[in-house]
Amino acid sequence: MTLIIAALILWAAAWWLNTRLARLDGTALKRYGCPILFGVTLLAMWELLVRGLEVSPVILPPPSAVWVALLENPRMLWGDFVQTFVKGALSGYVIGCSAAVLTAILIDRSDFWKRGLLPVGNFVAALPIIGMAPIFVMWFGFGWESKAAIVVVMVFFPMLVNTVEGLRAADRMQEDLMRTYAASPAQTLTKLRLPSAAPFIFNGLKISSTLALIGAIVAEFFGSPTQGMGFRISTEVGRLALDLVWAVIAVAAVSGSAFYGVVTLAERAATFWHPSQRG
Amino acid sequence: MRFILPILTVIGLIIVLWYAGAVALNAKWTLDQASRAGTTVTFTELVADTMSQGRPRLPAPHQVGAELWNTTIQPCLEGRRAGTLECVTNRRSLFHHAWITLSVTLAGFGIGTLLGTLLAVGIVYNRAMDASVMPWVIASQTIPILAIAPMIIVVMNAVGLQGFIPKAIIATYLSFFPVVVGMVKGLRSPEVMQLDQMRTWNASASQTFWRLRLPASVPYLFTSLKVAVAAALVGTIVGEMPTGAVAGLGARLLAGSYYGQMVQIWSALLMAAGLAGLLIFVVGAVDKAVSKRMGYRA
Repeated sequence: MTLIIAALILWAAAWWLNTRLARLDGTALKRYGCPILFGVTLLAMWELLVRGLEVSPVILPPPSAVWVALLENPRMLWGDFVQTFVKGALSGYVIGCSAAVLTAILIDRSDFWKRGLLPVGNFVAALPIIGMAPIFVMWFGFGWESKAAIVVVMVFFPMLVNTVEGLRAADRMQEDLMRTYAASPAQTLTKLRLPSAAPFIFNGLKISSTLALIGAIVAEFFGSPTQGMGFRISTEVGRLALDLVWAVIAVAAVSGSAFYGVVTLAERAATFWHPSQRG
Repeated sequence: MRFILPILTVIGLIIVLWYAGAVALNAKWTLDQASRAGTTVTFTELVADTMSQGRPRLPAPHQVGAELWNTTIQPCLEGRRAGTLECVTNRRSLFHHAWITLSVTLAGFGIGTLLGTLLAVGIVYNRAMDASVMPWVIASQTIPILAIAPMIIVVMNAVGLQGFIPKAIIATYLSFFPVVVGMVKGLRSPEVMQLDQMRTWNASASQTFWRLRLPASVPYLFTSLKVAVAAALVGTIVGEMPTGAVAGLGARLLAGSYYGQMVQIWSALLMAAGLAGLLIFVVGAVDKAVSKRMGYRA
């Protein structure tokens, strides 16, 4: 009981503090302090409520138990991370995104293909492609190849649509200017159209980065070697070792966010000239 | 015509590639059978055989079409002749499974939209919530939420919740975030000038909300609804996979994968694609009708 009351008091105190923090305008304290305080409060509330209400650990383990599980199995979790993220998601991401950009550049010169592929690509991008995972597992086996294949298909269409959109972003005036410089099509592409497409390409890369990890993890539910985040989640759920499951989820969350963060940093470095980056 | 011809070309190309893929992937089995039987096959025999295998690695489009016909229209026709509701009650009917998936998707989508809108209003009107919740909403999009779907299902099962509710929760969770992000943007889209105008009219906070902010957010809402409805469908399908695969399109996928029934997987996939197309079309149509009535350029 005391723990529940403590949780409620903590909530009220953190709320009050956050309101005060939010009033500080434009400071680093507000930008970072508020979300950090919110996250810490959420974790503390979780811990206190789970302990106070005596929730069974097979339903929801407290964060401290998850932390312990995380520290106790670093080698296993690292193995899962390499299997799913590096081998499955990352290789599929690189192949799928580069294939999509190349396809976009190829079809960009033909209005006919653009008008045909864009609506189809837009439609396919909204489909539950993840459902193709069992097919790829059957074709490419249980290893990381089938996971990479599903990731390729998942990221291809959002990436294609974004890149084609981006290649149209250059101004008429700018293209005319390139023509007055007697620039070849290849020069126009590398010096004008690809740079002006960069914000769109990075948007596609960001969307794809989250899709890639999801695809790789879900594909492992259909068959995998005895390693990998999806494998770990499904087997440990079966053994009711929920603290370990949450540890895997934490690893997935951190690596997913880090992946997204890296893409964002690359975007900032590559498109520093764009208005949305100069704020 | 400007669009139909290119689209048809692309779709035709996909079907041609599909047939070519079916020949390429299924040829090995045919050749193996032939060499085991000590016979040789000509090219035409090979092609004909790859199109009609019982358990192909990649079923040809017409095989999937036949399976779709047998599991959708056929039970309906039989049902009509017998005067029963075979269409939706027969476990063999894909419409039955599609309906289960659709109902969960719609429930999750509805609740997710409502919650997302409420949270967005909170974020727009409360500074502390804006500063503390918004970064987490964005960060949470980078987390593979689908990966925890099986856990949610199993944990809910342990508490005694089965079937509809756990799947709806996953669909809700997935459709919730696009709506929050879109609605926050939309509710903030009125310009300072317009807000000042409301102030000069001495409009109360609720009047400003109902007559300016909410109408201004409608285009943003529909853009995110299209994302959200697709996400809700994906969430439902993944949610149907664990816990024994009882009913729904996701269950058909998993059952097909267990028993190596490629034709069944593909027909479930095509059904899911049709469902996604239908949902997006409906949201798009509502979007157009509403924008037209509200005077936005549709």
